[in-house]
Amino acid sequence: MGFLDISHVTKSYGKVQVLHEVDISVQEGEFLVLVGPSGCGKSTLLNMIAGLEAISSGDISIKGRVINGVHPSKRNIAMVFQSYALYPNMTVGQNMTFGLEMHGVPKAERERALADVGKLLQIDHLLDRKPGQLSGGQRQRVAMGRALVRNPDVFLFDEPLSNLDAKLRVDMRTEIKKLHHKLGTTIVYVTHDQIEAMTLSTRIAVMNKGYVQQLGTPKEIYDTPANLFVATFMGSPAMNILPATVVMQNGAAHAEITDSEGVVRRLRFSQGNMAEWAGKAILLGIRPEAITDPEGADRKSGNIQPFANRVTVTEPAGSDTFVTMTLSGKDVIARMRADASVAPGQIFDFAVNMEKAVAFDPVTEARIAG
Amino acid sequence: MSAATQDTAVRTGRVARTFIYLVLLLFALFYLLPFFVMLTNSLKPLSEITGGNMMSLPQVWTLDAWRSAWSTAQIGVEPTGLKPYFLNSLLMVVPAVAISTMLGALNGYVLTKWRFRGDTILFGLMLFACFIPFQIVLIPMARMLGLMGLAGSTPGLILVHVVYGIGFTTLYFRNYYASFPTELVKAAMIDGAGFFRIFWRIMLPVSGPIAVVSVIWQFTNIWNDFLFGASFADLDSMPMTVALNNLVNSSTGVKEYNVHFAGAILAALPTLFVYIVAGRYFVRGLMAGSVKG
Repeated sequence: MGFLDISHVTKSYGKVQVLHEVDISVQEGEFLVLVGPSGCGKSTLLNMIAGLEAISSGDISIKGRVINGVHPSKRNIAMVFQSYALYPNMTVGQNMTFGLEMHGVPKAERERALADVGKLLQIDHLLDRKPGQLSGGQRQRVAMGRALVRNPDVFLFDEPLSNLDAKLRVDMRTEIKKLHHKLGTTIVYVTHDQIEAMTLSTRIAVMNKGYVQQLGTPKEIYDTPANLFVATFMGSPAMNILPATVVMQNGAAHAEITDSEGVVRRLRFSQGNMAEWAGKAILLGIRPEAITDPEGADRKSGNIQPFANRVTVTEPAGSDTFVTMTLSGKDVIARMRADASVAPGQIFDFAVNMEKAVAFDPVTEARIAG
Repeated sequence: MSAATQDTAVRTGRVARTFIYLVLLLFALFYLLPFFVMLTNSLKPLSEITGGNMMSLPQVWTLDAWRSAWSTAQIGVEPTGLKPYFLNSLLMVVPAVAISTMLGALNGYVLTKWRFRGDTILFGLMLFACFIPFQIVLIPMARMLGLMGLAGSTPGLILVHVVYGIGFTTLYFRNYYASFPTELVKAAMIDGAGFFRIFWRIMLPVSGPIAVVSVIWQFTNIWNDFLFGASFADLDSMPMTVALNNLVNSSTGVKEYNVHFAGAILAALPTLFVYIVAGRYFVRGLMAGSVKG
């Protein structure tokens, strides 16, 4: 039993079911990120926790109290909206204390809470301004301040950073993370940005088409994705997926693929149980950073395999260089060190870290556990 | 090369602009001419009008016609001037405008932020009110007012104008609130504000521009209405427009054109006043900065 329990929750609009049996249990102090493409139901789920949308079936409870049908203001939650939703006619201070005022908190107490949060978020000099006079980043802080002032059980964030420019978004991301460390509050955070999900969360729920595809720590999600969707959605550039056949050689399972010249090549699996798939087709997933030059390969890995192949394109990105090649007829991206000397058209010696490779069942698209 | 082109562009711009201003000036003169005639003739003694040129300025300036129109002219059988009817009109217009604007705001708020099944159909039906001609409802309305005991009274007229105005005011406020971010209402709900508290504290304070539009529209329409006033009012609730008509039509010998002109201007003054006072609030971007930056 968690702090925030979502059990068997579904949502349908008429006959269209948009959420299917969602089960998530959030512990106190956890930072849960709901991530997925638009239309996956993540915002709907957040709105249901907030009480802005009705629950079709199932239960949501906070601290053991079932809150289905409880008015949003009585759930002891606070929400930060994508558009910030600051009341344009009120000053920053009035914006932040409006909720306390509505809950009948005496003025002196409101002022104290406002002063504390204002100092915490470094917006105490803005309290008399109107939202229209603030920059995007300041509005973002005020929106968070308004949530913090109420000292709720659960914070809900609905894509709070998507209206900021790229640099500010990274800054605010760090800010939110610091705040979470400092206050230890329970947070449910919705985003479509997988980097935000990876960096902020203690656990991630990857959603698609109304289903929770995988619930786990960022590392679990990244290293052992439950299925093809999670594997390709999380990570940038996306995981390389190639059709391959499992073959046995010297008693070990290998993935058989073709290189850019059409020559058949074999890569040995680390997973022991791949032998069960001998002779069958699978989808092989390799993250870009698992394909490097031999010097850049992970030294701790026990299964680095050399692999020569022709380079199609190189894209120096400053910190890394992305190298594109063709494998089994697909474009495959490798992430190299910036100073790796690699040129387009050249046959280059790559090193593939097969310890990090994953295999998927081509029919069910589920990961083959190993 | 580029300098020459620029020069031509400036010149054509200037020619076009001069033309536009000339046309505008012409229209303005055309519009102001009747007002000029009314104003000058209302300041002349009657003899100057009957004996002379309508277009000339007064030789003897006098406010007698204004005084007469305001307080002593014959309206029907009573020599009261327009004063009591001016008051009647005010007593009718102010509540009617206030109530119809408030109801329109409330309707717009519900139709955009508390959506329910069939709300667009309901709104469509309400829009019909904007298209129904006054004449059609005269008899049913007279019957209704009679049944409610409001016939021939100022509250009766207020009711008629409120009912007729709601269609328009709802249209204004609904369309204005449609672009108002719904997230603000959700935020206020989470903050613990109820239906009316959200309306009062969040929606109304940013409704200035549309409220002004609604007030101007309603004020002009209700103040200038003649048909409902003539149909549903009796002597002690008769509005200004009906009284003006009676003033012009009750002849006790000579037609006092100067008094009629003064009376007509008096009847038009309040709407003019509303435009001058409220017009500048018309296009104020009060919403700036509420949402993203």
